[in-house]
Amino acid sequence: MGGPLLKPVILIGIVYAILKFAVPNIPGSAPLPASLIFLYLMLTTSGIVIFATLSGESKDAFWGPIQRFLTGENIGNLQVLRYGVLLLLPLIVGWQTYNSTAISAAPPAENRTIHPAPPGEYTGLSNPIAKTPDAIQQGKGFYAAFCSPCHGGNFDGKGPASRGFNPPPANFSDPTTIAMLQESYLFWRIKKGGVGLPIEGMPWKSAMPRWEVELPDEWIWKIIMGEYDGAHQSPRTWE
Amino acid sequence: MQQQGGWIQRLLRAVKGHGGTLSGLLWAVGLLSLPALAFGADVAPAAATEYRDIPYIGSRNLVWVVAQLHLLLAGFVLGVPIFAWLCEVVAWKTGEKRYDKLAKEFTKLLTSAYATTALFGGILLFLLISFYPKLMNYLTDIFFPSFIVYCLLFLVETATLYLYWYGWDAMQDGGKKKFHIFLGFMLNFFAFFIMIVPNSWATFQASPVVLAEGSDLARAWAATWNPTWWPVNIHRLIANVVLGGYICGAYAGIRYLSARNAEERDHYDWMGYVGNFIGVFGLLPLPFAGYWLMREVYQYNQQMGITLMGGFLSWLFILQAMLIGVLFLGSNYYFWLGITYRIPGSELKYRKPMLSMLLILLLCLGVWMTPHSLVASLEEARKMGGTHHPLLGVFGVMSAKMTVSNLMILVTFMSFIMYWRAGKEETAGWAKAAKAVMNSLLVLAGIAVVVLGVWGYFVPAIVRINYFSTSQVLIVLFVMLTITPLTALLLKSAKTTTEMVWGKMPPRAGYALVLNAVMVILLMTLMGYARSSSRVHWHVYGVMRDSSPYAFSPALGYAAAIMALNTFIFCMITAFIFWVATMSDKAKAPHS
Repeated sequence: MGGPLLKPVILIGIVYAILKFAVPNIPGSAPLPASLIFLYLMLTTSGIVIFATLSGESKDAFWGPIQRFLTGENIGNLQVLRYGVLLLLPLIVGWQTYNSTAISAAPPAENRTIHPAPPGEYTGLSNPIAKTPDAIQQGKGFYAAFCSPCHGGNFDGKGPASRGFNPPPANFSDPTTIAMLQESYLFWRIKKGGVGLPIEGMPWKSAMPRWEVELPDEWIWKIIMGEYDGAHQSPRTWE
Repeated sequence: MQQQGGWIQRLLRAVKGHGGTLSGLLWAVGLLSLPALAFGADVAPAAATEYRDIPYIGSRNLVWVVAQLHLLLAGFVLGVPIFAWLCEVVAWKTGEKRYDKLAKEFTKLLTSAYATTALFGGILLFLLISFYPKLMNYLTDIFFPSFIVYCLLFLVETATLYLYWYGWDAMQDGGKKKFHIFLGFMLNFFAFFIMIVPNSWATFQASPVVLAEGSDLARAWAATWNPTWWPVNIHRLIANVVLGGYICGAYAGIRYLSARNAEERDHYDWMGYVGNFIGVFGLLPLPFAGYWLMREVYQYNQQMGITLMGGFLSWLFILQAMLIGVLFLGSNYYFWLGITYRIPGSELKYRKPMLSMLLILLLCLGVWMTPHSLVASLEEARKMGGTHHPLLGVFGVMSAKMTVSNLMILVTFMSFIMYWRAGKEETAGWAKAAKAVMNSLLVLAGIAVVVLGVWGYFVPAIVRINYFSTSQVLIVLFVMLTITPLTALLLKSAKTTTEMVWGKMPPRAGYALVLNAVMVILLMTLMGYARSSSRVHWHVYGVMRDSSPYAFSPALGYAAAIMALNTFIFCMITAFIFWVATMSDKAKAPHS
């Protein structure tokens, strides 16, 4: 049982420890969800099986002990362990099945689409305001007044009110948020707010106000300019 | 008959007995019906039927399954001739008869596969006309000139296929062989047009263009040249080669596992190698074609692009990453098994490089499979500050995905080169320098791809899309186009130290080939669904709305079940075709 099988088990243990305990402690990081840890562990296991079965010798060294343990004769004291494993496997499957079907107070895992598709009428729009230093400055001013309480003065989603929200306000300085989107997309999101999100975007989970009732379109376009400039990002364009 | 006669006689007797009463009743019914005639005169002609349905199964599900099966069969029927023709050319050029045998073996499958594809095409057409008359009327109005072209193409393709297959043995020598190869070329030439004509109908539905007034031909031509037509044409062409290659591999794998003698084992082991090689050959440029298609989709319509890549369909691309990942791992695993088992003594020499390549592939796959928005419980999401992980969230966007897919392509290419060079010793004086150049090229290309990928986060999206991603692709292509001829040149004068041994592969190699084929089929069903559902509630995007009860996108789990069903049915149909086509061979083969 030991030798060749011990290494893979230790390796899986190390990978798990890194994902569970080391990665969350890197500055600026956070704990990984179980779904991602499972995914990475599955990859590690696949890698181990692939490497272990590359040659006849390595395959025998890896699989042989398992085969002997499960089907071999004269295994001495391991016989008890074999029965233990054979009993344990269906018990684990039963426990898993029970856990996945039993009524629980915990809400189901969330699968929210952060950037759902915008309505058709917003897709062809382009910013009608000329990109001048004045317009950008004005936009930043409007941003400071209306957006920064949540999205932060540094455009990092850490405004004074942000701590009260779950999910937290978007971090515009993150290159994976507004830098991936066209200006027309932001125009739609600001104008319609959380309630304007489609179902997959879970409108009930966004506290973003519907700014169209308070701000004219011109101000919204200027805010967009100010946001990109302040967050040091550029909108997605095709030219 | 006698009983019927008796029944009629009894009825007549009854009428005779109550003649007066019955006549009176008939008159009364007639008089009461008179006002209905007046109402009938005002009734407008019945509105044209827009949709029809089928109970229990549902029209959409039925069309979904039949269309997908037709597409998969078409992919097989269009991919295999490319594969067969290339093998025939190799046989003709090198004189290696086994390539000719392989080409013939696969062309034999074509006749029955071709008929099955046409059968499913016919069923699909009838179903579409029956279930979606309004849509079909609209498409016919635009595309009917190309319908006629399509029919003509079918006629010439069928004639060419029959000539190609039935003339195989008769056209083996000299000028006749050249003519046969020309026929094979024409078979592929017509097949290409058979593929791109219907592509124009499907891509028009996804990315319609404004049709100006003009002749029918001008309108059809304008609709054909829609923004996603050529990206889909190229993507499908390459995907068909991949499908053909991997299905050939799976066939060889199964035949290898059930081989009854050494000769069969040798032959099917070699066939598995060729199938895997062709599959990988197509797989390497496939992500580039996919990237181009998605770029065109995004540029055509932001809404459609986001629905696919960031919206509710984005989870399909995580599944796609998993499937492509398994495909890359499976193909490399088969190469590595080949080095270990076919070239005795190579295992120790190449074990470390294999481990390094495996590690790179797994790391890349880990990045590719990491979604931008993670599946997390409420508590987990709270700890992360949303469903984006602050650190690993960067893996969820295109810059990371493009980088790792390019690296995986490079690693797979390295695997192939390693396999090619195994068991040979270069004797050329410049071999050392050439190897140093190749190694440096690979390392530098890898570094450049990573640098461009990381840099991609700090530049505007358009710079990344138009320059960085394109440069990554060009770098990888440059490496492949430089190292392949250089290796070929090196090996020309190389000394064979260990002869390649066929027929010694372990059974798991055969299973790996079958797994690869299943992965490709699943991938095609997955992407077929993605392409079709990106139109959401439109038959023709932004032009003709779907007003049927099925104008909603099915849940991803439901869609996955239909995809699995399609994959299963296609595998069964393919197995049936193989079984039928090889039945006579088995009967003729001497039992050992």
